Amino acid sequence: MLEQIKFYQTGSNTVGNRLLNPAMRTIQASTDRPNGLISGHRACQGCGEALGARYAIDAALKATNGQLMVVNATGCLEVFSTPYPESAWKLPWVHSLFGNAAAVGSGLAAAAQVLAKRNGDANAPRIIAQGGDGGTTDIGFGALSGMFDRNDDVLYICYDNEAYMNTGVQRSSATPPSARTATTQLVGDHPGADWGKGKDLPLIAMAHGIPYVATATVADLRDLENKVTKAMSFHGARYIQILVPCPLGWGLASNSTVSAARMAMETGFFPVYEAEYGKITSVRKIRQKQPVLNYLKMQRRYAHLTGKKADPNVVARLQALCDANIKNFGLLGDDEPNAPVAIQAYERSQAV
Amino acid sequence: MMNKAFAVTLDPATSLQNHTGSWRTLRPVNVFKLPPCNNQCPAGENIQQWLFYAAEGDYEHAWRILTEENPLPACMGRVCYHTCEGKCNRGFLDESVGINSVERFLGDYAIEHNLAFKRPSKETGKKILVIGAGPAGLSAAYQLRRFGHSVHIVEAAKEAGGMMRYGIPTYRLPRNILDAEIKRITDMGVTIECGRKIEDIEAEKKNGKYDAVILGLGASVSAGADIPQGDTTHVLNALSVLGQIETTGEIEIARRVTVYGGGNTAVDVARSLRRIGAEPVIVYRRNREKMRANAEEMDAAIAEGIQVKWLSTISEASKDALKIEKMVLDENGKPQPTGQFEELPSDAVVLALGQNVDKTALSKLQNLQMEKDSVVVNNETMMTSIDGIFAAGDVATNDRTVTHAIGMGKNAARGVNAFLNGSTYKKPQKHDLAKFEDMHPWYYTDAPKTVRQELEVARRSNTFDEVQFGLTEENAIFEARRCLSCGNCMECDNCYGVCPDSAVVKLGPGKGYEFNYDYCKGCGVCAQECPCGHIKMVPEQI
Repeated sequence: MLEQIKFYQTGSNTVGNRLLNPAMRTIQASTDRPNGLISGHRACQGCGEALGARYAIDAALKATNGQLMVVNATGCLEVFSTPYPESAWKLPWVHSLFGNAAAVGSGLAAAAQVLAKRNGDANAPRIIAQGGDGGTTDIGFGALSGMFDRNDDVLYICYDNEAYMNTGVQRSSATPPSARTATTQLVGDHPGADWGKGKDLPLIAMAHGIPYVATATVADLRDLENKVTKAMSFHGARYIQILVPCPLGWGLASNSTVSAARMAMETGFFPVYEAEYGKITSVRKIRQKQPVLNYLKMQRRYAHLTGKKADPNVVARLQALCDANIKNFGLLGDDEPNAPVAIQAYERSQAV
Repeated sequence: MMNKAFAVTLDPATSLQNHTGSWRTLRPVNVFKLPPCNNQCPAGENIQQWLFYAAEGDYEHAWRILTEENPLPACMGRVCYHTCEGKCNRGFLDESVGINSVERFLGDYAIEHNLAFKRPSKETGKKILVIGAGPAGLSAAYQLRRFGHSVHIVEAAKEAGGMMRYGIPTYRLPRNILDAEIKRITDMGVTIECGRKIEDIEAEKKNGKYDAVILGLGASVSAGADIPQGDTTHVLNALSVLGQIETTGEIEIARRVTVYGGGNTAVDVARSLRRIGAEPVIVYRRNREKMRANAEEMDAAIAEGIQVKWLSTISEASKDALKIEKMVLDENGKPQPTGQFEELPSDAVVLALGQNVDKTALSKLQNLQMEKDSVVVNNETMMTSIDGIFAAGDVATNDRTVTHAIGMGKNAARGVNAFLNGSTYKKPQKHDLAKFEDMHPWYYTDAPKTVRQELEVARRSNTFDEVQFGLTEENAIFEARRCLSCGNCMECDNCYGVCPDSAVVKLGPGKGYEFNYDYCKGCGVCAQECPCGHIKMVPEQI
């Protein structure tokens, strides 16, 4: 009887809950979670990337029954998890270069297939390639697009903290407009990162027509775990971009990592959705809509937009950006997203 | 490194050698805060905790926690004015938790499943006399029995229950419920002697070799008012009307009855009279805002068709009419006469102007300090000015509700227990109050309060059947789960899940969590994301 009753006290919003059937709790709630990225790593206090990586890798380890290898691009995650002579990883983990994680992943996937065939194993280990937004959207972009093009059996996870945090917060092509970074200082008529630059990698990935593309954040664990688990049920190239707030680079209080990610979702600043074969199949709806100002206020990289000397037009433009996301992705109410689909998607969906 | 296979440089999970806890300047600690419901409850119930078990469907455990403080949950689930709900933090979110309904559900569950109180594991051999078997006396007797003392209650009325039997109408508290809960207390070994009024308390204590006495006499005398009247007008008092309806089920009274007063008793009388076919009119000298009666009860009375004359006093009564004077409130909110009069047709008047303590026996006690209308007691020990004589309930307070009486009875029992052990009872220090600002409302989805279905008004006005039905099991769980668990852990795993350093250890069901300070960097995400304000960041001692 207990299970038929809807869960009103805490909904499905907490990590687990003593009142829920264990099968309905998140992987992170269980005492025997894999902890693929273990304690002792040297990420900053409140690191969103450390949190996002453990969430994603644990879910993938569960989905593949531990048959998993990880390729890591250069970046914060690589540096803080493996300073010589220590490693915080509990699974096979490879680092090669900044820009070639997708290519190394493709190679590992091919090698795993060959080895499995030679040894007569039915199932080859699965491959995850991962990196930050710099290694993904800029430096590794060519290799990544090639991996998508060939539809190699790799899940690529981009931990998006919207700048090159490892080297000292330089702008990447995932840095949002007006944000202050080391290379987009508060000078001139338009302080912070330029408007009209950057790229939307999840949509670019969708344009390749690959089997699965999703976005997620560290503020919605259940959603993130479901997406990683679902991604592992597909073969072929897959892409997940996880928003991982960076207390250092964003100028956030270290305790606000999860709250900032939640605010990014609730303002429409970071749309959360999933797509199969180039077509959006589900959207995480906004639960309590917030004005973008509440998101900006949390972060010192936007301090010039919230103080006395702030230019209200810039905030209005950022709000318009959120409103456009809400409209285009159907983030509110019963709206349905409707975007054109890459023709390659039809070929690939037939191939499976 | 030399012994590793090709290209292998680092062993897995070797980062555990790096104790990142040394980075910390703030450390997370678990704090326990006092939920506002618990703080408000005059009976001192641990509401948040029994809701915790009720939410799991473990009703017996919930009932056992509940009855540690209050032995009469089925009665209280009906007659308590549940001021706890007014303080509930969920009220800021949508609607407060229906605590009272869940309490009633648990009380009814216990009666249905014949749950009994545990008898004390050892007898102390001490004897205590409790005078009065009302809520204060019963509560005190129950708590004393749990300590292992033997308790004898002497009650002046024919049956135990006090105002719960002779003051509260049956449509609010069916007597089989009251009887069942009293029986559970006598089953523990408490003896009740009814129909005897103790005239000499000192002598009774001495002759019965009692170690202590608790006065739970209540306030059983209706306060009067000086109304000039002709010989033929019926002027009755509220308690005798309610008592007569209780004992005989009927009362000979006229059709047009005026009830004079603005407290809960006035409303109880009016609603009872409505049920036996009378047409009561309440006359009250102030306005609705100033009325002392419970708002829910008053709404129900008005819904049942009971008329109210606000800002009015009775200045004269004749055979079939009353002379009513209109009042106005002055700047202090006090009613002042206007000199304007009107006639109100009425065949009888029931005075419900409050109750006083029967002082006949008390006045014989030497050195007993009294205030205007109550016995003076020490607020912590509940002892009167006489050593070994304690008091609880209406006799010792002006907060005259059943809930207060139960709380005072409990405190008196604790005072007696400490007294018998040669010490003085001290109330334990309370935790800091859990405020809504301490909570993280995002994690609680909105859910409306389950409203108890009420008997249709039409049917209600001519029967003494119970007005409010209880919750079904499904609704009770629903309601219990709406509790925000203010300031106390509800085992949601959030701290365990959101730690970027896996430095929170989950200890398993019922055991909560622990911080691993070897690795905790003190970022504070756990404290920020805790739904119930159970984690606090405190500066590290360096």
